[in-house]
Amino acid sequence: MMLVALLAILAMGGFLAWYGERWGRNVPRWIAIAALGLDGLLLLPYLARGAAPVGSEWLLDVRGTWIPRFGIGFHLGLDGLSLLLVALTVFLGLAAVVCSWTEIRSRIGFFHFNLLWTLTGVLGVFLALDLFLFFFFWEVMIVPMYFLIALWGHERRAYAAMKFFLFTQVSGLLMLLAIIVMAVFHHAATGVYTFDYFDLLQAELSPQTAFWLMLGFFVAFTVKLPAVPFHTWLPDAHTQAPTGGSVILAAVLLKTGAYGLIRFVVPLFPEASHSFAPVAMTLGVVSILYGGKLAFAQSDIKRLIAYTSISHMGFILLGVFAWNALALQGAVMTMLAHGISASALFMLAGALQERIHTRDLGRMGRLWADVPRMAAIGLFFSVAALGMPGLGNFVGELLVLLGAFKIDTTLTTLAALGLIVAPIYSLILVQKAFQGDYQEKHTLSDYGLREVTVMGALILATVWIGVYPQSVLDISAPSLQASINRIQPQAKATP
Amino acid sequence: MITAAQLVALLPLIVLSTGTVAVMLAIAFRRDHALIFSLTVLSLVVTLVAVIAASGLAPKPVTALLIMDQYALFFIGLTSAGALATVALCAAYLEIRPDPPEEFYVLVLTGLLGAGVLVASSHFASLFLGLEILSVSLFALIAYPRWEKRALEAAVKYLVLSGVSSGLLLFGMALVYAELGVLEFAAMRVPALTFPVVAGILMIVSALGFKLSLVPFHLWTADVYQGAPAPVTALLATVSKGAVFALLLRYGVAGGVVWHPALLKVVTLIAAASILVGNLLALRQNNLKRILAYSSIAHMGYLLIALVAAGRIGASLAAESMAFYLAAYFVTTLAAFGVIMVLSPANREAEFLEDYTGLFWTRPGLATVLTVAILSLAGIPLTAGFIGKFYLFAAGSAGSLWTLLALLIVGSGIGLYYYLRVVFQMTQAPLARTHLPIDHRDSLGGNLVLALLTFLMIGLGIAPSQFINTILPVSQSISVATRIVP
Repeated sequence: MMLVALLAILAMGGFLAWYGERWGRNVPRWIAIAALGLDGLLLLPYLARGAAPVGSEWLLDVRGTWIPRFGIGFHLGLDGLSLLLVALTVFLGLAAVVCSWTEIRSRIGFFHFNLLWTLTGVLGVFLALDLFLFFFFWEVMIVPMYFLIALWGHERRAYAAMKFFLFTQVSGLLMLLAIIVMAVFHHAATGVYTFDYFDLLQAELSPQTAFWLMLGFFVAFTVKLPAVPFHTWLPDAHTQAPTGGSVILAAVLLKTGAYGLIRFVVPLFPEASHSFAPVAMTLGVVSILYGGKLAFAQSDIKRLIAYTSISHMGFILLGVFAWNALALQGAVMTMLAHGISASALFMLAGALQERIHTRDLGRMGRLWADVPRMAAIGLFFSVAALGMPGLGNFVGELLVLLGAFKIDTTLTTLAALGLIVAPIYSLILVQKAFQGDYQEKHTLSDYGLREVTVMGALILATVWIGVYPQSVLDISAPSLQASINRIQPQAKATP
Repeated sequence: MITAAQLVALLPLIVLSTGTVAVMLAIAFRRDHALIFSLTVLSLVVTLVAVIAASGLAPKPVTALLIMDQYALFFIGLTSAGALATVALCAAYLEIRPDPPEEFYVLVLTGLLGAGVLVASSHFASLFLGLEILSVSLFALIAYPRWEKRALEAAVKYLVLSGVSSGLLLFGMALVYAELGVLEFAAMRVPALTFPVVAGILMIVSALGFKLSLVPFHLWTADVYQGAPAPVTALLATVSKGAVFALLLRYGVAGGVVWHPALLKVVTLIAAASILVGNLLALRQNNLKRILAYSSIAHMGYLLIALVAAGRIGASLAAESMAFYLAAYFVTTLAAFGVIMVLSPANREAEFLEDYTGLFWTRPGLATVLTVAILSLAGIPLTAGFIGKFYLFAAGSAGSLWTLLALLIVGSGIGLYYYLRVVFQMTQAPLARTHLPIDHRDSLGGNLVLALLTFLMIGLGIAPSQFINTILPVSQSISVATRIVP
């Protein structure tokens, strides 16, 4: 029931926030905070306990029937992996509400409705164990996100919102087709319609079918991730979205793609993924290097951060398709660390844009003198993003590289070059924005208490997972190990 | 000889005919909009009750012409409900217009009668009769605003093309009859594809394609959709197309069209062309009614996937998919046109996209209804349209129709572009100068119907189980009634 409550609180909170606008301008914000806070409280006991009970990797499991005609069930489950991602979602959801406090001035209720419904969709994606339900939530997060960009976005919002919607929706339809074909084939073989994850894990598919279906899922998830060559929507969406929207996009929406790869693509199609792994890992490496290079070339601060996201997501793709415990742990760690650091950078960029009304790095410079607190925080997260030891991102990327090295030496070596590209683009950001000479004279105020509190929490989280990663690794280990064990027989068969 | 049980089975059509006559006589005695409106609503409600009463007796053949099975009753119910919603929505729309509104209701009822005969027909004669009753009513309905040039133009266009298609239909029937010597669907399992039979069937399919506005028979669609008054366009899009499609599936399955790979290939081509052309032509439109016209071409193309699938996997899942998709399409289309009707001022239709700028902030309720409708047309989850699309995917993948499914994805992708334009337009800041005058107060009935349609769009999208259970016997009835060895 706790899982249903997690979703219901956010969904109801969304309606309440929409309605609450007539009670006062800040009421929707407080309602959103209350809803997310309540979800956070519900999660706390599980986070505190850490590892799952002995015997099963599943902490919680809820089953109900939904559309019995096709064997579609309302099946939610929580394991270590989803617990971490759900916690990340709630945490950064709070950050997104707080960082929109002064930026969003019109239609506040509807904004928070969309924000909370996007998060509902994301939580549903992380929890659903029925493929139809999964797809359902997958789409639920798209429409409100579209509104966030289209209504509160910047100058080219119509274009960016449309591009976001088209990319994710069309690739989603490919996945829907793959899901349905899988269920129909399973029905043809067994006479039973089912969309349940555990039933479909047992589905026997011919290698060719499995390959095409795997591709359907893979495309949907790599569009969302995003990896080269499906990445072109991300810079536009990130740049045009309001700060809260960018935070949600960077922190959690991208992670749904990574989650899908770990949860569905490899376990459902182990052999097909195994044979496809070299291609996927190559795409990962290309994303790392190409994303890094493009990031370096940007003059728009939000576009720059968007391309660094693509670069970091390349590590996740690499880690997932290396498919061993080390690399997977690294991928999960990167998801968390990147979620935090990228959202912090987007919040910073948003705050700068709100103050000086530009995102152009060429018009910034020497801001350290005016806003030392912002600049210091910016430096911290840039350094985190470039993979400084002691901070979360370093742990994730190192683990990915360690794990992937056993699988493919060449690709991993190339990927490691990403560690050189990262400092270049991170430091250019700091250099152009905060140091150097004044390009233009701006009058702007530094971070206040509200912003410093949020940033402080994000800094703490980054440091925590950087210096004590074991606390996080312990939570995700059982479920990742179980996924690896599940397909071990085949992996052994094809050395 | 017609037995009592057959009469009861026929009750929906009898009630509808009686209602038509009653409304016509009432107009002769007293021109009173409220009275005629109430009588029409009453006859439609009694028709729906009669459908439920008759469903216990189904399937029942009534003469060689009609078969009242669950399939026929379901579509009579669906079209009547669609007409009921249109009638409830258009009362206020007609009230503020110069033309006397009363005859409108008679024509709606006769059109519905034609649709009822069509979905129950099992014979070429009743097919033709039903189609003509429907079409003739529609000619008059399209030209109802007699002083509107565009409506007259649309009516003439529809009249001429309908005439041509009726000619084709008759010629096709004659060819089939000349070769096979039968007029009943069930008796023509098409032993061999001789040239006259193929030519005849293709002519019949083309004629039905005209009514469904399938490519390449779609040329009238946008102009007629735009020129006709909004309630008539709604009827054209739902009642007319729904009934013709239901008939097409019955004839296709029972008349043996779908069991022939060669004929199926033709249908596949038409489907593919409709999906692509419909979606592509909708891209550059700035008129909501034209967008909906082109989108309906695409939707009919999507629906043909179910028909093609019927040839591969049997009628059961295909009919179920079609029934669900059509029901979802009815609800969605009626909601969209309902919003157009409510917004239209007395002197014109609210058809341009600029009319909808900022609707979210000026009329949030209507904007929400239209948004849900648009999302449902686009097939986004939480709406009925998504489950409909799910059904087509299921039927198509069971029949291994990979090309058509790929086109369905491509078409939906293109479709998103023009659907989202409408939504985006509504979310923008309102323009002060282009405010539509509000000529009439919202009618309670119209608002209730819009609320109900929105509830159905979301309800069918979230909890479709109940409705699926209702249509299961429908799909079984057609697969039982027409089971033949392919």
